Amino acid sequence: MAVHTDYRMSQLDELESESIHIFREVAAEFRKPVLLFSGGKDSIVMLRLAEKAFYPARVPFPVMQVDTGFDFPEVIETRDRWVDRLGVRMIIASVDEAIANGVVVDDGKTSRNRLQIGTLLDAIEREGFTAAFGGGRRDEEKARAKERVYSHRDDFGQWDPKNQRPELWNLYNGKLHEGEHMRVFPLSNWTELDIWHYIGREGIEVPSIYFAHEREVIARDGMLLSASDAVQPKKGESITKEMVRFRTVGDMTLTGCVKSEAATVDEIIDEIAVATVTERGATRGDDRFSEAAMEDRKREGYF
Amino acid sequence: MDLLRFATAGSVDDGKSTLIGRLLLDSKAIFEDQMSAVETTSKSRGYDYTDLALLTDGLRSEREQGITIDVAYRYFATPKRKFIIADTPGHIQYTRNMVTGASTADLGLVLVDARNGLTEQSRRHAVLLSLLRVPHLVLAVNKMDLVDYDEDVFNKIAKEFGSFATKLAIPDLTIIPMSALKGDNVVTRSENMPWYAGTSLIHHLENVHVASDRDMIDSRFPVQYVIRPKSDEFHDYRGYAGQVAGGVLKPGDEVQVLPSGMTSRIKAIDVFDKEVSEAYPPMSVTVRLEDDLDVSRGDMICRPKNSPTPSQNIDAMVCWMTNEPLRPRQKLAIKHTTRTGKVLIKSIQYRLDINTLHRDMETGELGLNEIGRVQFRSAVPLLCDPYDKNRTTGAFILIDEATGNTVGAGMINDAD
Ligand SMILES: Nc1nc2c(ncn2[C@@H]2O[C@H](COP(=O)(O)OP(=O)(O)OP(=O)(O)O)[C@@H](O)[C@H]2O)c(=O)[nH]1
Ligand SMILES: [Mg+2]
Repeated sequence: MAVHTDYRMSQLDELESESIHIFREVAAEFRKPVLLFSGGKDSIVMLRLAEKAFYPARVPFPVMQVDTGFDFPEVIETRDRWVDRLGVRMIIASVDEAIANGVVVDDGKTSRNRLQIGTLLDAIEREGFTAAFGGGRRDEEKARAKERVYSHRDDFGQWDPKNQRPELWNLYNGKLHEGEHMRVFPLSNWTELDIWHYIGREGIEVPSIYFAHEREVIARDGMLLSASDAVQPKKGESITKEMVRFRTVGDMTLTGCVKSEAATVDEIIDEIAVATVTERGATRGDDRFSEAAMEDRKREGYF
Repeated sequence: MDLLRFATAGSVDDGKSTLIGRLLLDSKAIFEDQMSAVETTSKSRGYDYTDLALLTDGLRSEREQGITIDVAYRYFATPKRKFIIADTPGHIQYTRNMVTGASTADLGLVLVDARNGLTEQSRRHAVLLSLLRVPHLVLAVNKMDLVDYDEDVFNKIAKEFGSFATKLAIPDLTIIPMSALKGDNVVTRSENMPWYAGTSLIHHLENVHVASDRDMIDSRFPVQYVIRPKSDEFHDYRGYAGQVAGGVLKPGDEVQVLPSGMTSRIKAIDVFDKEVSEAYPPMSVTVRLEDDLDVSRGDMICRPKNSPTPSQNIDAMVCWMTNEPLRPRQKLAIKHTTRTGKVLIKSIQYRLDINTLHRDMETGELGLNEIGRVQFRSAVPLLCDPYDKNRTTGAFILIDEATGNTVGAGMINDAD
């Protein structure tokens, strides 16, 4: 019998297949999964892969957003359209509500980003979720580069990076004790460039703020922040108009944009291919606090 | 563009993380903010040079101790290929993490320090790579800068490894002299070693032929999930979702479902909302059959005249990954393809001596990080193949039900 050496998959197809496998595995083995959905490009790609994994059936789990109260309106709009189209249930865990209910404490110093942790863990516990899909990619950050696809969380929602379970082949171990949960990262092996190639190939709708547009911005700490009610110029700062786009979306007070003329997916791909700074390095205030900022937040239960 | 997954291996401090740092840096996959962070850290620690290992050693404890503890996954692409790198730890205590990184690799990259030559740990990792059937192996004789780029040093290590490798199943071996720190033979060929006639590492990684490493003959489709929309539009739809583990499936093919043994034909193969004319590894697809059979997760679809025998008595090589030794009569959970169940360990036939490859028949148990041949009985029949025929249907993990931890990795030799 002839061996077919021409049966090859493109790397994008191979990544897609791996992610779909992960979705189906979780749906089959966990009692109550949920997909953490921010409305950003990664969580949209994640939702698209979930759609493909279960088609023509509906996505068999709800999506949950942790609302910081400072989310971009364009992102919320896209999020709602996705949720409507797929007919999935959406849960909103609000940081404001968590503060009002005393779940987390707003001391005026802690960022919204950090308050998301307590809000998220509380919502997972309240709803009894046993697995939560996250859109984290290993190429984003050096602590994420170390994380398993199935990332175990103890009773307190904490990650123990020095004691991760071995993870061999595509045999994922979903064993949990009461009160524990699993974070699952179907996009682990995707890079920023893969995400954009996929968005282009699939014609996926992402929020308009990813594309170049004119915006009022304030230069602060080497980043361009969008001027809004929540972000006003401090002394010595001023508002200017620039052509910009966002490389990541998160909390408006911490997520910066970059100067860009890239108005289409192809132009974004060209731009990223020659970029000299990582997406988080360019635009995320939350990663700048210390060398291990991401690891520390992840240990506590961050996305 | 296709994908190559490779994993580093070798003793502590032989330069694995430095090499990956160098590879990423010289192929322009490192961003300015990443590089300046690493330069700052190196300076603040009083190092004489920029420690490239900091590019992959991302955990706080790793940076403090200057060693790798867990696998780091890194990505880069050249115009020819995309690469997924698993940079694994050399320390024996973290062998489980090395195995994690190596299990999915198409190529293993074993480093040795030219000053020290082969160590027990380089042998252990070479043995593990061969047991995991990683089809391609590169031995990087590193730190050549510290031995004056001496050809004799290189030849001696190459010869010693060559004779060790003949006792292992290593189908493809390439040996390259290198300096990860200085960049010799990593991306460009070194001028310091004119006596070396081979290619640089990156050239090898770009060109090594991996397409034929998968089994495209024996059809194996472990059913992962049953899709039943129960909607008006797709009222009668019933699809078996999964990832093809072997062979090529086509609509019209006669198939058999295990363990029931019932036969049918493939009506259609769906990838999302399209039907495809064939499916092969590692595609995730949904298979529909002509007949309404009782098929559920854990079953396997294959061809009637080419199917594995459902087996409960399994003989396998096991890599043990927890402190408490593996002993006869022990009960564990197993995960094999999409099946889970319980197993009872019957015997530990031998433990493999990593240095000599001698089989120690006396031990009767397997300690942490030891590898041995084990017989066990599975409560559910496993639909398996020998691991050397199929890396998916021949592999399993063992789970300790009390702790929930993955404690063993197994590769099936034989089953009945
Ligand atoms: N002179 C010289 N030093 C090197 C070379 N490669 C690595 N080193 C040094 O060797 C030390 C250990 O390097 P690492 O890359 O951390 O070693 P490793 O193999 O990743 O170690 P573990 O991951 O802990 O097993 C560091 O101080 C490196 O700078 C080389 O080619 N030449
Ligand atoms: Mg290392």
